[in-house]
Amino acid sequence: MSDHAHWRAYLAIVTVRCRMLLQYRAAAIAGFGTQLFWGFIKVMVFVAFYASAVSEPPMTFTEVLVYIWLGQALLALLPWNVDAEIATQIRTGSVAYELLRPLDLYRFWFARTLAFRLAPTTLRMLPMLAFTFLLLPVTPLADWALPPPASVMSGLMFVVSVVATLFLSAAFTMIMHVTLIWTVSGEGINRMMPGIVPVLAGLIVPLPLFPEWLQGFLYWQPFRGMADVPFRIYSGHIPADAALAEIGLQWGWVAVLIAFGIWLLDRARHRLVVQGG
Amino acid sequence: MRPGPAAPVLYGRLVSQSIRAQIQYRLSFLLMSVGHFVTSVVEAVGIWALFERFGMLGQWSLAEVAFLYGIVNVAFPMSEALARGFDVFGAQFVKTGDFDRLLLRPRSTVLQLAGHDFQLQRIGRLAQGLIVLGWAIVVLDLDWDPARVVLLLYTVVSAVVFFYALFIFQATLSFWTVDSLEIMNTLTYGGVETAQYPLAIYRPGFRRFFTFVVPLGCISYFPAVALLGIDDPLGTSRAVQVAAPLAGYLFFALALVGWRAGIRHYTSTGS
Repeated sequence: MSDHAHWRAYLAIVTVRCRMLLQYRAAAIAGFGTQLFWGFIKVMVFVAFYASAVSEPPMTFTEVLVYIWLGQALLALLPWNVDAEIATQIRTGSVAYELLRPLDLYRFWFARTLAFRLAPTTLRMLPMLAFTFLLLPVTPLADWALPPPASVMSGLMFVVSVVATLFLSAAFTMIMHVTLIWTVSGEGINRMMPGIVPVLAGLIVPLPLFPEWLQGFLYWQPFRGMADVPFRIYSGHIPADAALAEIGLQWGWVAVLIAFGIWLLDRARHRLVVQGG
Repeated sequence: MRPGPAAPVLYGRLVSQSIRAQIQYRLSFLLMSVGHFVTSVVEAVGIWALFERFGMLGQWSLAEVAFLYGIVNVAFPMSEALARGFDVFGAQFVKTGDFDRLLLRPRSTVLQLAGHDFQLQRIGRLAQGLIVLGWAIVVLDLDWDPARVVLLLYTVVSAVVFFYALFIFQATLSFWTVDSLEIMNTLTYGGVETAQYPLAIYRPGFRRFFTFVVPLGCISYFPAVALLGIDDPLGTSRAVQVAAPLAGYLFFALALVGWRAGIRHYTSTGS
């Protein structure tokens, strides 16, 4: 196959998987209700904290609102779980068939993983944005609505940054997939991700609100690019003219995580034991 | 027919069998428990960070919120471990049709599900809850007379019963929806999240919902105010605060009534 035909194969994988995952509409509606509820709880907690703030916090309440609602809208984008089908393939040994395909295993799985992150996010993001951006402003809870981007430029930069977030998240999910080949410890590692990833990305507490002595560490870790960076670009907490550098840093992490994932998969293939008959 | 062992004996056997099975995979069990511990510790870090930044949450100090957090996070993992059968009921019993097998056995379905898969690994989260609660108790320097100790134990037991009832409600719902619905997580995991902060900081509508419809505040916030020996900003009296956890048992009774109705409605998926 020519190189061009290869890329069409990977693109086809992304589209087919997306169509399959978009079937789960009922789950998406239920998920929307859940995330809306969590969002309101968070807003109320921050209202209470801001009301009793003794010193000026490094973020305004409006910037926190953006952070909360974008967080609820883009929650499914975070790499906190693995594709159950890939996990099953590894456990049952049918991963052997995948190795026979005339495609590079890393790219093949990466294409699947992109779809695995993209489809549920799309389904959940649209109703959440519609509700918090369009509907909330005309209710008594207008103070809690999602404000528009700080400027047109901030809005555009936000979109560019979210694309980087998608790749960053897929690259990290790939590392989680590969660790599953070390069955027991892989599962142990994957168990911890739902706890660790949201905190380091900023979904539990916006990263700028953490104590100053932690800021250096929080800046130089890849999860920041999965929530904190795009959210702060939207609200203008990261000014539009500083956004490009931040997006560059996101892509830098994408490159690092992909390189690490490929290296890890290469090592894993040598110790892969195909189970079952 | 020879009658089988009494219900508590049978339940004990189911649980011990389940625990023995989990300990067979020692490394896996250890990693799962550590996983739960790490996950919950990291969550608590979020609350700590907010207090570092803001100092107080209204009139509430970090130690007071940690006390409330501790009660909830000691009770919830116990319910989670005990009620796993109900938690996975939709996906593993209704969707697959396996519930038919339970109905054929000469024992109550509640007993069989209660004994299904006692999740020992939740000990990781329990450990975290105990550490936070212990820290809060040391820092708060309360006078631990026997009455207060009894009130704390009664609060935790009521909370376990309440969360157990939530899992039964979740399972009952799947008689109608077939699969487990994520929306129920709003009440279980969302409930835990909500109860970690004082009820008084929420809007009146939310407060009423979590007092009178789903009595989450009754098993955490109100008794905690009594235990802390402070005045409730919502204006309840000590008697109300101490009686409030009884709502957890009432909620449990309602859950069992709902469960019966669900079984009557049940039609097998037949696969």
